[in-house]
Amino acid sequence: MHPESLLLELAEQARRLRCLALEAISRAGSGHPGGCLSAAEILAALYFHHLRLDPREPNWPERDRFILSKGHAAPLLYAALALRGFFPLEELWTLRQLGSRLQGHPDRLKVPGVEMTSGSLGHGLPVGTGLALAARLSGARYRTYVLLGDGELQAGLVWEAALIAAKYRLSNLVAIVDNNGVQLDGPVHEILPIEPLAEKWRSFGWAVQEVDGHNIRELLDALDLAANIHERPAVIIAHTIKGKGCSFMEGQAAWHGRAPTPQELACALEELGHG
Amino acid sequence: MVEMREAYGRALADYGAQNERVVVLDADVSASTRSRHFAQRFPQRFFNVGITEAAMVDVAAGLALAGFIPFAHTFAFLLSLRAAESVRTCVAYARTNVKLIGAYGGLSDSYDGPTHHAICDLALMRSLPNMAVVVPADAEQAVAAIPAVAEWEGPVYLRLSRAAVPSATPPGQALQIGRGQLLREGSDVVLINCGVLLSRCLQAAQELESKGISAAVLNMPTLKPLDEELILNAASRCSAVVTIEEHNIIGGLGSAVAELLGQENPLPIRRVGIRDTFAESGPYEALLDRWGMSVADIVAAAEAALAQSKKHCLR
Repeated sequence: MHPESLLLELAEQARRLRCLALEAISRAGSGHPGGCLSAAEILAALYFHHLRLDPREPNWPERDRFILSKGHAAPLLYAALALRGFFPLEELWTLRQLGSRLQGHPDRLKVPGVEMTSGSLGHGLPVGTGLALAARLSGARYRTYVLLGDGELQAGLVWEAALIAAKYRLSNLVAIVDNNGVQLDGPVHEILPIEPLAEKWRSFGWAVQEVDGHNIRELLDALDLAANIHERPAVIIAHTIKGKGCSFMEGQAAWHGRAPTPQELACALEELGHG
Repeated sequence: MVEMREAYGRALADYGAQNERVVVLDADVSASTRSRHFAQRFPQRFFNVGITEAAMVDVAAGLALAGFIPFAHTFAFLLSLRAAESVRTCVAYARTNVKLIGAYGGLSDSYDGPTHHAICDLALMRSLPNMAVVVPADAEQAVAAIPAVAEWEGPVYLRLSRAAVPSATPPGQALQIGRGQLLREGSDVVLINCGVLLSRCLQAAQELESKGISAAVLNMPTLKPLDEELILNAASRCSAVVTIEEHNIIGGLGSAVAELLGQENPLPIRRVGIRDTFAESGPYEALLDRWGMSVADIVAAAEAALAQSKKHCLR
């Protein structure tokens, strides 16, 4: 059981993550707001509660590994890392600028706390599989978490990794699907249907849970349960809304990859209760 | 003649005993790449991931992130083409310490035909920032490459051959990444080799000598970083250059040398290799001869380059 106070605190962190990511994207003039907003509770649950991390020692060998496979949600990850103290919050306003450490998509060599370079879709799960295999081999106790987009699941590479992780029974690997239903060109079910998703993962040998991806309690319970699954990798299908929290962005493919203008940002922040 | 793949496979297993950080991956071709020797000795450190080349490279990147030194094996054409984007993103750009082992380089899987030939792998790998490209000339050099590749900090593409190729490198020499080898002094033309055509190259130098032409021979076991100093030194004493490689003449050694000399010492140059075409099935040595990489082709290229340099002098 997670205390109400924790749930409230994490909900507040999710709200702050949304505000910071949107403002960073707006200031940069480009980026991907829709897929940041859909994953805010997921990152809040991970970075402010579930993951074992030490911002003062980003390379602590026993830290849990998180890979943002849907690398276009970089501003959300940067916001989480900054709020956790991996780097100064003001640096968020350098996003995508010349000379900034904060590339359009995460670069592991530049940003403390970024475990793996990502942005080209499909790579997070196989890389996470390698990290999980390495833990098994060296007896390390860290766990590996990979956040994928639902559109990303159209990439065959993801399912190759799903086969490999199942073969090696990587119970120290958790995939989380931000199932927001919308990709760059439109609704996922129109572009290339991926349902039935739970059945697919199950048939690949994974332990499957489905949660409301904006419900912190459900997310925390699912993460706890996933950590106690044996002999199989675990996937949490988090049902989410693209653009969640900003009424004019919700469910809109148009907001997959366009930055809000200053006026639009002001509206969004107002809705999110900024300040 | 020792089959390069067999010598490599056995040596990798031996090296695994010395270096516990080495782990090995293969994509269902361990019997062909001979990574199975490692698999038999160290089953816990061997991962056969099936026919998932792109995923294999990413899994290797994950293992490298955690401090292991993964050697990921499959056919050179698959590693450089099917898995290319994984290689670019998760190995080269992310600068993970992954060793990509391209078996069956060039035409060495000769009978399987052009689908299985690798004639553009060096061009692709060479054009990736952060990537070192190592191409042994014979079985002994393939064995010598293993510790060098493992101890090099960063991504490496190691191109091997399926074939039994004649020993041509000086015995007992360590391989140093970034260093070429001067195998024969000469004062007219420099023959610069990369890969298993080295014995043909040395034969060509002898034939040239019998024709009164003095040919230097350089071997470049690392195509990248290229030993520019060695090339420029040898070129400064000669009047023409020939490059020899089992690869398309576009993008590999020939291009690398032409790029260098074009800037530093523009000498007449001829590139021996596959002339921008797909080859065919057939016996290996015959294929090399048929597709422009015979000893006679090297000799003719040297003579043509020298003739051009004389024309330059007369003008």
